[in-house]
Amino acid sequence: MSGSPAEPAPTPVVDARGLRCPLPVVRLAAAAKQAPAGTLLVLLSDDPAAEVDVAAWCRMRGHELVGRSTTDGVLTSTVRTRPTSPPRAG
Amino acid sequence: MITARSSVGCADRSTHGYRRAVSEPPSFLPARSYLDAATVAPVRAPAREAYLAALEEGWADPRRLHREGRHARLLLDAARQAVAAALKVEPDEVVFTTSHREAVAVAVSGVLRARTRPGRLVHSAVEHSAVLSAAAAWQAATGTQPHSLAVDREGRIDPDDLPQALTAPSPADLCCLQSANGEVGTRQPLEAAAQACERAGVPLLVDAAAGMAYEPCPSEGDLVTADARAWGGVPGVGVLVVRRRTRWLADDPVLDGPERGPGEPALPAVFAAAAALQDAVAVRETLAPRLHALTGRIRDAAAQVVDTEVAGAPDDRLPHIVTFSSLYVDGEVIVEEFDRRGFAVGSGSACTSSTLRPSHVLAAMQVLTHGNVRVGLPPEVSEAEVDAFCAQLPAAVGDARRRLGVSEL
Repeated sequence: MSGSPAEPAPTPVVDARGLRCPLPVVRLAAAAKQAPAGTLLVLLSDDPAAEVDVAAWCRMRGHELVGRSTTDGVLTSTVRTRPTSPPRAG
Repeated sequence: MITARSSVGCADRSTHGYRRAVSEPPSFLPARSYLDAATVAPVRAPAREAYLAALEEGWADPRRLHREGRHARLLLDAARQAVAAALKVEPDEVVFTTSHREAVAVAVSGVLRARTRPGRLVHSAVEHSAVLSAAAAWQAATGTQPHSLAVDREGRIDPDDLPQALTAPSPADLCCLQSANGEVGTRQPLEAAAQACERAGVPLLVDAAAGMAYEPCPSEGDLVTADARAWGGVPGVGVLVVRRRTRWLADDPVLDGPERGPGEPALPAVFAAAAALQDAVAVRETLAPRLHALTGRIRDAAAQVVDTEVAGAPDDRLPHIVTFSSLYVDGEVIVEEFDRRGFAVGSGSACTSSTLRPSHVLAAMQVLTHGNVRVGLPPEVSEAEVDAFCAQLPAAVGDARRRLGVSEL
């Protein structure tokens, strides 16, 4: 998937497999901060908290959860970053 | 007031006096605020006194016919009557168990035993783990999968879901619903749920463990479960109310007498539970609004912090519980940050649980599970303690974010 050079990912992939909460959301938020507004991002995670927390992050920060699916214990979440730049956390 | 002897009364109901006498830390230690009393409150002074008195007077087996046994029997009867009066039920409807978990297990297994061909069990997605365990045991015994009722963002079921859930695909034989949630405080629509259960002919178990210190025993429910720790009793006593009309069979027919129930909770602990409950009932009318206002302050303070969300119903909730979650914060770290500032708080975040799974309550509500802080105010908490907590809250969250290097997100 993300590591295969033969099949370049269509959207930036944040690989947070093996990371415990809150790190998957932290990595996703860091990628979102770097990305232009409205960018599609994909997060791979296997922490049981990530499913709820990614959705909550999207809701709290105004991003859009485009889709999610789970295969072999790995959750793939696709997120479109909000149209305007979000304010900084304090 | 329940007493073992007239000399061992509970004249001083001043919890502040008790706190100064018993809980004040030595002056060389920094001040501590115990704010993790959502479901386990500090032992109330009358409970402590009743416990010690019962150790003197009630150590014998209450089933023995000699004077010492009769003495113990008197205490047990007094405790049963006091608990029944405080809950506004009949003494023979009260079963004492050794824990809340056991009370729930016995309640559910007794309903199961009273049925020849038991059907499904229905429960809300945010029930106490004791109910979820009992539901798993029900499934193991019957082969029928329990139905879990979804909740909204505030953690409340929709009673309109019940008629369908109680009848299809097959009739249910038990519905379990908490009176209020012990993690986020949200009250459930008990009255509507009880009506739906009655219409469907399904018995209702109301788990009232989280709110019994501050609210009357629910009139709804064929069975009601409670935890003496929630109202400041000595740990080791659960209470099960089995209303007379209920089809319910005790584990062991031999025990189906005045002390029916599976285990035998220690009599001094039962006596202490009764004294604590009487005290809780006596003070709750003034205490509950006071705590509701204080948790309201914490809700307001938390909502001011950037990327922080307060969970649970804003008003229709238990008075002493408030929980909030902050983005990009590690649950373990935020508990440490508060601890180092002198505040003991709980958390529903995965990293603070032994299973490394987030709170099933927060997950069912679809609210942020990381960076979670759960506050349960004890009865004797002072306004100054709450204000100090509110003042420290932004810095505690900020420092937790700095430690994780996420302040710029």
